[in-house]
Amino acid sequence: MPYDEALERFEPVLGLETHVELGTNSKMFCGCPTTFGAPPNTHVCPTCLAFPGALPVANAVAIESTIRIGLALNCSIAEWCRFARKNYFYPDMPKNYQISQYDEPLCFDGYLDITVEGKTVRIEIERVHLEEDTGKSTHVGGATGRIQGADHSIVDYNRAGIPLVEIVTKPIEGTDRLAPEVARAYATELREVMRSLGVSDVRMDQGSMRCDVNVSLMPRGSTEWGTRTETKNVNSFRSVERSVRGEIERQAAILAEGGRIIQETRHFHEDTGLTTSGRSKEEAQDYRYFPEPDLVPIAPDPAWVAQLKAELPELPSVRRARLQAEWGVSDLDMAAMHNADAFGLVEATVEAGAPAADARKWWMGELARRANENGVALAELPITPAQIARVTELVKSGALNDKLARQVLEGVLAGEGSPDEVVEARGLKIVNDEGELSAIIDQVIADNADAADKIRGGKIAAVGALVGGVMKASRGKADAGRARALILEKLGVTE
Amino acid sequence: MSAITREEVAHLARLSRLALADEELDHFAAQLDQIVGAVARVAEVATADIPPSSHALPLTNVFRPDVVAPSLTPEQALSGAPAVEDDRFRVPRILGEEA
Ligand SMILES: [Zn+2]
Repeated sequence: MPYDEALERFEPVLGLETHVELGTNSKMFCGCPTTFGAPPNTHVCPTCLAFPGALPVANAVAIESTIRIGLALNCSIAEWCRFARKNYFYPDMPKNYQISQYDEPLCFDGYLDITVEGKTVRIEIERVHLEEDTGKSTHVGGATGRIQGADHSIVDYNRAGIPLVEIVTKPIEGTDRLAPEVARAYATELREVMRSLGVSDVRMDQGSMRCDVNVSLMPRGSTEWGTRTETKNVNSFRSVERSVRGEIERQAAILAEGGRIIQETRHFHEDTGLTTSGRSKEEAQDYRYFPEPDLVPIAPDPAWVAQLKAELPELPSVRRARLQAEWGVSDLDMAAMHNADAFGLVEATVEAGAPAADARKWWMGELARRANENGVALAELPITPAQIARVTELVKSGALNDKLARQVLEGVLAGEGSPDEVVEARGLKIVNDEGELSAIIDQVIADNADAADKIRGGKIAAVGALVGGVMKASRGKADAGRARALILEKLGVTE
Repeated sequence: MSAITREEVAHLARLSRLALADEELDHFAAQLDQIVGAVARVAEVATADIPPSSHALPLTNVFRPDVVAPSLTPEQALSGAPAVEDDRFRVPRILGEEA
């Protein structure tokens, strides 16, 4: 069902579960390293392989990072809590259970404020708990590498036991047609918070941040939530938005025909933007949670928690408000930068010495256009904030004008080197040689005798055509202002 | 007390990926019932002044510093595996589920 029609008839209720791999040196319960991309089964030991007799001991930094995340999300911190065993039989965990937390999360009852279309939306946080990541299965023998039709599976346990924080929202109501944007804005803001805390590299493409998106619909006017589905491991912010939209359309079509939504896990497909059915969700008690007997309870000292709270860094929303005031930027421009993922790049460019207005102009203009043309994110362009800052400096000093600056950026993007190297190699410096400029102007006046006469007669507006001619003849390297002044001087006209 | 039903054993068997025959369900139901009965005797001695506990020692906050320790080599790690492929643990076909 088309999105607009779905929204006329139904109201969506959202819920997001986000997993964030912590950037600790070692795993959650053993000393194995956590670096991404190592050869298979090189970061494993008796504990994370669940050899008989091996015992887990909790990583102090992982506990601290989880509490800091909870504090940044305005949560209460448990005075006493335990790990729990989540029992299930699947080869991604060699123990046949995952150490997680159940009814005693480390952090609970918080919120995160986000901005969507200029309005602040408060997303309430149900809980933040700590668990261990699973291993990575590869399915062999099937046509597509998927589980269906596979002959067998092979498992790499390097990731098994990496500390994983799960952040669960309360049901999000009242988003109306903005549900997809709210989901995306929440995930984006959450990543910014994690970055500011320095607790994770939060790379969605490498799986160090993963979103599960719950969606249900209720008929307009109803207050009773419908059955929800959970779309797993949506791997980009854009996909978070698309998956919510797609799931609203799918569920609305079923409900409109009098059908029933099945509570189940669904898989998002990047290529089509659609979800397909996964396994039916096992009831919570099927995991037979019980307190983990191999680990002792956690009882964070309130004084320590207070200290961690006092030492929290400036959070992204606060930082943005401060920089907005410093830069003198409108709400609309802030939103545009945020949506384009340009904020951090602009900030870094300003830090590298560029005026904020120039930094914003390049990233949101020329570079956004090029990123868009190439179908890549701004941050993926092969150019650094420091290089942009250097270009603005060259413009400010008069060595480049905007047109030449664009050519310099083009050269840097094409891998021709630093801005200075591109200027040198392409000969892009503004013509400051008065003799050379004078000769060009004489030629242009001679070629445009009619226009020159008009100017002499007092029609100064006609000078634009001659300046254009000079720019063309100098292949953009003349200083347009200087050329204009010289033309008028040569024609004996004063303004 | 008779607590464990045949249906519960079937449910647990499914969760544990065990294929049990009909007669085995009855057999194990009776055995599990005995085990649960034996453990239940603990409840008889637990009184209000004994708080429930999940650990034998009255400890909290036992942590390790975030320091990397040597891992096993892949050869060591995989030495006890029933089957190995591409330096990974090879497991039988997984049906109908995806994590
Ligand atoms: Zn390990």
